[in-house]
Formats: sequence, C-alpha cells, structure tokens
Amino acid sequence: MEILSLLIDGFAIAFEPLNLVLVIVGCAVGLFIGAMPGLGSVNGVAILLPMTFLVPPTGAVIFLAAIYYGAMYGGAISSIMLGIPGASTAVATTFDGRPLALKGLADKALVAAATASFVGGTISVILFTLFAPPLAEVALTFGAPEIFTLMLMAFATFVGLGGDDIPKTLFSICIGLVFGAVGLDIISGEPRLIFGGLPGFFHGINFLVLAIGIYGIAEMLWTIEVSQGEVMISQASVSFKRILANLRELKQTLKTMVMGSFLGYFVGILPAAGATPGSLMAYGLAKTISKDRESFGKGNINGVVAPEAANNAASTGAMLPMLTLGIPGSPTTAILLGGMVIWGLEPGPLLFVEHKEFVWGLIASLYVANLFSLLINIAFIPAFISVLRLPFTILAPIIFILCIVGGFVPTMDMHDVWLMLIFGIVGYLMRKLNYPMAPAVLAIVLGPLAEPALRQSLLISGGSFSIFFTRPFASVISVLALILLLLPVAKILYEKYLK
Amino acid sequence: MRMAELVMGLVMGIFSIYLMWKSAELPIGWIAGEGPGGGAWPFWLAAGMLCSCVAIIFRWAKHITPESQSDSPFMDRRSLKLFLLNAAAITSLIGLFHIVGAYGAIPIFLIFYLRVMGGHSWGLTSAFALSTPVITFLFFEIALQKTLPKGFTEPLFLPIFDFFY
Repeated sequence: MEILSLLIDGFAIAFEPLNLVLVIVGCAVGLFIGAMPGLGSVNGVAILLPMTFLVPPTGAVIFLAAIYYGAMYGGAISSIMLGIPGASTAVATTFDGRPLALKGLADKALVAAATASFVGGTISVILFTLFAPPLAEVALTFGAPEIFTLMLMAFATFVGLGGDDIPKTLFSICIGLVFGAVGLDIISGEPRLIFGGLPGFFHGINFLVLAIGIYGIAEMLWTIEVSQGEVMISQASVSFKRILANLRELKQTLKTMVMGSFLGYFVGILPAAGATPGSLMAYGLAKTISKDRESFGKGNINGVVAPEAANNAASTGAMLPMLTLGIPGSPTTAILLGGMVIWGLEPGPLLFVEHKEFVWGLIASLYVANLFSLLINIAFIPAFISVLRLPFTILAPIIFILCIVGGFVPTMDMHDVWLMLIFGIVGYLMRKLNYPMAPAVLAIVLGPLAEPALRQSLLISGGSFSIFFTRPFASVISVLALILLLLPVAKILYEKYLK
Repeated sequence: MRMAELVMGLVMGIFSIYLMWKSAELPIGWIAGEGPGGGAWPFWLAAGMLCSCVAIIFRWAKHITPESQSDSPFMDRRSLKLFLLNAAAITSLIGLFHIVGAYGAIPIFLIFYLRVMGGHSWGLTSAFALSTPVITFLFFEIALQKTLPKGFTEPLFLPIFDFFY
C-alpha cells in the first residue's frame, strides 16, 4: 500500500506542467535520436545532458529518462525503414522488420514495434516499482566493502558477459578508472596525474568530456565512414484505420511480447548486459519456441515484437541497480548517474529515503513517458521518415556543434573541449580495432566512487583484502565477481579440452 | 588492420608506462594511519593497462584476434580522406572558438561543411549558417545564461546584452 501511495505522489510530480512538457519533448527528441542511424539513447543523453541545467534536477532527470525511453522506440524506425539499426539495441529488429518493409508491410512492422515497446516498457516499469524499494532497503545496510565489491562486479560483468575481446575490455576499464582519478587526490588533496602541468586537469576529467568524445565525435566519425553507401528508404503510409487493423492482428503475438519483456528486464538489470544482448536473446528465444522457425529472418512479426519488447524492458531494468545501488546497468544509465551526481543527488539506497519525491516522480514519469512514446511514435512516423531523408552532411555539422558546445558548458573550460576532441579521435581509432568503449565510460563514472570505497575498506581492515571475503554480502558479491572474471578462462578451457 | 592493431597496442603500452611513472609522483605504498598512498590506485590500474597491452600484443603475434588476422587496410583512401577532412574541420572549429568566438566559428564551420563538403546550395548554407548561431546564442546565453567564448568579438555583444538585461 505504501508503494501505491508513493507512486500516486510520484504521478502528481510527473503531471506538473513543466515535467509533463519535459516528458513529451524528451520522448519526441529521443524518438528522433533513436531513429537516426548511428545515434542511440546514449548519444542523445550524453550530448543533451549539459542542456538540462536550466530546469530543476527532477525535471532534468525526467527529461533525460524520456529521451532514453523515446530512443528505444525510435531505434526500430530506421531498422525497419532503412535497414540500418538506429542503435545496436535495434539490430535484432532489422532481421524481420526490414523484410516486412520490403514486402510493403512497413506500417505493420512499425505498429508492431511501437506496441511491443509499450508492452515491454509497461511490464518492466511495474516490475521496477515492485522491486526497487525492497532492494534499496537491503542496500541501506551496505558499507564501503559491499559498495566496492558491487562496483567490482559491474566491471567483472563486462569481462565475463560483455562478449568483447577480454584484454581490450580490461584495458578499457582500467583507462576509464585512471581518467577518473585525474585531479586532486581525495584524501591527501595533492594534485595527481596533472599532465604537462595544465591547469585544466586540476578539476579532474569530467565524465561528460569522455562520454561526448566517444558517443558524439567518435560515433559521428564512425557513422560518416560506414554510411558511404546508398540507403534505400521504404515507403510507409500510416492511417488510423490501418493502425487499428494491425493492432487487432497483434493479439497473436502477446505471448512473445510478454516473454521478451520479462527476459529483457532481467538481462537489463545486469551491468554490461543491457538492451542489446537482451533484444538478441529475446529474438533467439522467440525463434526457438516458434512453430514457424523457417519464416524468421524473412518477415515474421514475432521477430519484431520480441526484441522490441525486450530492449525497452531492458532499458528500465538497467535503471534499477543505478537508482538502488548506484551501479549503472548500461552506458546510458552511467551517464544518467553522472548527471545525478552533478545535480547533487547521490544515487544509491539513501536516495529512496532522502529524495522520495525525486525517485517516485521519476518512476511515475516512466509510465507517462511510455504512453507518450507510443502515441508520438505512431502519430509522427511519417514526419520521422521525412527527417531521415535529410542528408547526413546537414545533420553531421549540427551534431558536431552540439558536441563542442556540450563539452564546454559543464566546466566552461576550452581545455575540456580539446580533451573531448582527443578522446573522440582516439576513441574512433580504437573502435575501428574493436576496443569496447562502454566500459571506459562506466569506469570514469564509477572510478571516483570506487576508489574511496576501496581505500576506506583497506583502512578498516589494516590493508587486508580479506575484508571482501569475510562480510556476508561482500563475500557473496566478491565470489560472484570472481566467477564472472574467470568465466572467459573457463570458456577457453572448455572449448580446448572438453568440446 | 594487422599493423594498426600492433601500433595501437604499443602506443597504449607506452602510455600505460607513462601513467605508472606519473602516478608514482605520489606515494604508491601503504601509509600508516592513512591507508594506501594517493598514487596507488592509478598506479596499479595503469599496471593493469600495461598487462592488457602485453596480452593484446601477444594475441596479435599469435594471430588470435580477427584484427591481427586481417590483411585489409585500416582505412581505405576514401575513409582516410573523410576522416582527415572531418577531424581537420572540427579542430579548426575549436581553434576558431579561441579567436573569433563561438558565434564567428559556427557560421564559418557550417559554410565549409555544408557548401564545400556537402555541396549544398548557397541558400540552404546561408540559412543554416545564420540561424544556428542565433539559436545557440538565445538558448545558451539568454535562456541558460551560459557564456560561450567570444574571442575578439566580445565587445560586439555588449549592446545585445544591454538589450536583454
């Protein structure tokens, strides 16, 4: 009952005129960003975060969460209409969405994607509402050792489940953590890693500088390189009558949607897993349990609804550890977490005690954002399609300008803009060599939280690492983290000797 | 691609050693009553980076990764040209922020990008080149009250600020 009453209070905050406008604008911007090939929720949130300083923290996070949500809906538009996933989270939607569009059934695929996203979003927000308060209550008992082991597990998940090259993933995590350590030492106050004695390094490296460099500049350079080929845009006519007809047909896919939603939600909770593997797993599961497996990849509507329900559910799932434990479940939530720190809100269990209005306002706004994303998506599909026809040579310079201004605004220091350019160029070159960049962004956000937790833990134990294995919660999490870290080794040994 | 994998591994390895050396400017051992020294955290992380680079180079030598097996060029001529053009354009844009300020640099960048690189008409180019700085100014300087760099054009903005405030 308490949850219900808190949620009702949250709705009162979400329906405040400013917050409602922010949700609607955020959903529309997110849809557009998600639909743009090469741009996803992470790019949108990273580039637009500095623009949110005008509104109060609650409004700012609601706006960014709405972008996040909208982008999940939007990713399907370019997957279906262009055959190019708007973001990696919509890759699985391309498998059957594009064949449907080529058969002249683009409207069916688009309506199915929007409806599945709505179902996935709704189920996951309900699960979120139910699970967040008890998890926060448990987390309130956590001390420095538990907090450090949780962060260790977030990084271990990237190694064990990330699916990328292991040494490159480890490199990415370590470099992100080192960049997070630049500035003044938190305990002694002495300057640390001040490269070339440049004064700009004294205030540390803002996580946004790295995030915009990687997800703004590097991503755009990457998109410019890969989008040299011709892009074929499918025609889509969407009328109210056709939407209703398509919605009636979707009844048969309800089971797949629900399955995708639950799977996506639980995969989304895991740090490093997130929406992309969630959607791919849901697609695989839908295909496995289908009686008509042969039609997958050729335009089966279940192949559209499963990944779309899953990626939306995963995006909400990723917010659960971010808000309750202060551990982001995806790169986008890592940036959201960084933003919350900037606005003076420390993510973690205390947030549920000290900033109830904020937490429940955000949760309620997720329900609202879900509904508005569906309505805006269906109503504005033709408009989004026409914007997608804009030449990239118009969109690219605008995004570059946004990146540069966005890199300057948080610290008002041109030093950070140059640093962002360096991160962008090096990030682009590293991406070409398959260095995963998401762990670095996660690490630069978590680094300044992980270091004091480790130092406090070691101070308590007199320098012994056994503290991470003697406290109940910390030992369980440490063992899980070790299992995840050793998972790739076990996989190699299995493939070499047992297979 | 194969050569690029090696070069990146070596460059990042050298960078890791530099970071270790830089971290060691602060104590990296245990300080009684204080715990680990201020340099310990970045030092051991940089050591982790170095170990990763050694593993990357080892895997390169053993042809394990797809990049180390690939004979394809890291960048073909067209990609290289696009990359250099874009990187130079962004670098110039940032450089111009210091000299002519944001509101001088943005139109110059847009004219170059839209007209020269994109081949768009003068009409479209001028529409974007004129409207973007105006929107940027109104949004950042007036609405958000965030001052962007203006270089030597600073005095030109004083009457505009007088008008708004």
